[in-house]
Amino acid sequence: MSSVTEKETNVVFERPHALLPVVTNYCPGCAHGIVHRLVAETLDELDIEGRTVGVAPVGCSVMAYDFFGCDMIEAAHGRAPAVATAVKRVHPDNVVFAYQGDGDLASIGMAETVHAATRGENITIIFINNAIYGMTGGQMAPTSLPNQVTQTSPYGRDVSSAGHPVRVSELLATLDGPAYIERVTVDSPKNVRKAKKAIKRAFQNQVDGVGYSFVEVVSTCPTNWGMTPQDSFEWMRENMLPYYPLGVYKDVVADGFANAAEAASARNAACPIAHPETQGEEAR
Amino acid sequence: MAQNANGKNKVLMKGNEALAESAIRAGCRFFFGYPITPQTELAAYMAKMMPKVGGTYLQAESEVAAINMVYGASAAGARVMTSSSSPGISLKGEGISYMAGADLPGVIINVQRGGPGLGGIQPSQSDYWQATRAAGHGDFQMIVYAPSTVQEMCDVVTDAFDAADKYRTPVMILADGMLGQMMEPVVLPEPHDPSTLPEKPWATTGHRGQRAHNVVNSLYLTADELEELNVQRYERYAVIQRDEQRAETYLTEDADIVVVAFGASARIARSAVNAAREAGIKAGLVRPITLWPFPDDVLEATTSTAKAYLVVEMNMGQMVDDVKLVVSGRAPVEFYGRAGGVIPTPAEVLERICALNAEAGE
Repeated sequence: MSSVTEKETNVVFERPHALLPVVTNYCPGCAHGIVHRLVAETLDELDIEGRTVGVAPVGCSVMAYDFFGCDMIEAAHGRAPAVATAVKRVHPDNVVFAYQGDGDLASIGMAETVHAATRGENITIIFINNAIYGMTGGQMAPTSLPNQVTQTSPYGRDVSSAGHPVRVSELLATLDGPAYIERVTVDSPKNVRKAKKAIKRAFQNQVDGVGYSFVEVVSTCPTNWGMTPQDSFEWMRENMLPYYPLGVYKDVVADGFANAAEAASARNAACPIAHPETQGEEAR
Repeated sequence: MAQNANGKNKVLMKGNEALAESAIRAGCRFFFGYPITPQTELAAYMAKMMPKVGGTYLQAESEVAAINMVYGASAAGARVMTSSSSPGISLKGEGISYMAGADLPGVIINVQRGGPGLGGIQPSQSDYWQATRAAGHGDFQMIVYAPSTVQEMCDVVTDAFDAADKYRTPVMILADGMLGQMMEPVVLPEPHDPSTLPEKPWATTGHRGQRAHNVVNSLYLTADELEELNVQRYERYAVIQRDEQRAETYLTEDADIVVVAFGASARIARSAVNAAREAGIKAGLVRPITLWPFPDDVLEATTSTAKAYLVVEMNMGQMVDDVKLVVSGRAPVEFYGRAGGVIPTPAEVLERICALNAEAGE
């Protein structure tokens, strides 16, 4: 018989306040739950839930507005960065994040993704890349791997016809707008801790005005991959991580700059029109 | 500066710029747009003036992004506007539908040009159906104002923002390239103090630990719940149809021939009505100022005298359907229109009035 009394109870693990006490619609073994928790822990630890507005995508996490305790907006498919941009412009003191999957962010919403990034909006983007459209039942995604079988690539993704998967972190890292871009995964306690660190950093950057911060989480879809959760992570490690290497793709602070704007300015130092301060009065 | 009878200053302004200045005066501090002829002066005016009033002008990457920025700013509680011309409005259809589905206010200006497709850049009214029937997918309507002078463009902007907030709905101002590009003397509206605008307790501004979380959303996976929301929205639309119909009548009291025209074509129709009266024909004009709700009541009142109706539009015949619905076969309803950016002349319209009058007299 249990002899534990309330007096002896020592809480070592509990639901983050920013994660509402509801049952999610995620499949068993899906990484969305882990990443939701990491985001919610971050909102708690930075004490920003009350001034945070989240933007949910269209995809499996479409109902994230029911799971996070902060104010939430459900955006049209792919438009979360445009919606987040406007919210941040209206309330610069709010913390604004978009939570998007690969179809939403890298296919239908690629224009919004690239332009929010190149504008250097001071927002946080959490990108779940599991190489498939989950909600609609397992179609080819912009990040599906070569020869990956999906419902709409039944003979495997033929890159000669369907083209190549997009490496979004690498793509965005070429732009001047972003401050911080990191690719992580959540397949092990060690990697979950690393992912947490990256997500927390991406929110802290926004709070500190460092600029656009983007965390890509290489993830799984046991249901639509037709694998057990454990096999999914194994398949992800074997196939996705070589294509989508983990790591930091841009970090202006590590490069010695206060924010993305300073880093961009240094990069285009040789462009006269971008640097009127270096020109004589006549040039102005 | 000239002064009108009330002692208010008149300024000469281009329609597109008058729309922009009036929006700022209505308390709009957020504008998201994308360049397209013939509305570009509106965006350019916003780019110039918004920084001076502490507002935000942002040139979006596309019309799709612009309307979704409107969605976001509105969700965050801002008085917000976008503008475009016909092809761009088609791209905004997605966001307009989502705004309707999430009950978000906002003002969308369409300075119409000829279509379909890329069409042309000359004035047109061929987006009447799009504006009043199907601006996007799903069961929804939006209030549509159709000004016919630069002064009226100024006046309806304030009304559009107020109606959007009152009914929590997107509102469109349907102008055209002629009105957008023409210059007329106007008295600008008195500036609103943005801090006195209506409270929006539903907005996603951050709960600050003071309330439950707000959610702005148009997704309802339970059919019964979604149906109920549609029914509630249509109850609101019924109030709009009852209270917001607006039209101008001109010489309709004894009119045998009632011309119905909106926006720029109403200016031409009015000249034709004057010419018809000079020729001894009892002609009158009904000019809908709201296209949705369509001014059924005003048009209904003309059926007691009207022997025939002539609907004049700069398109292939769109509003004529709404006129036929009201007239319901009690008198013939004829259509005269020019399309593709061609503007009908008063002489062409007069010719049709004379022909209708001759037929009605037989």
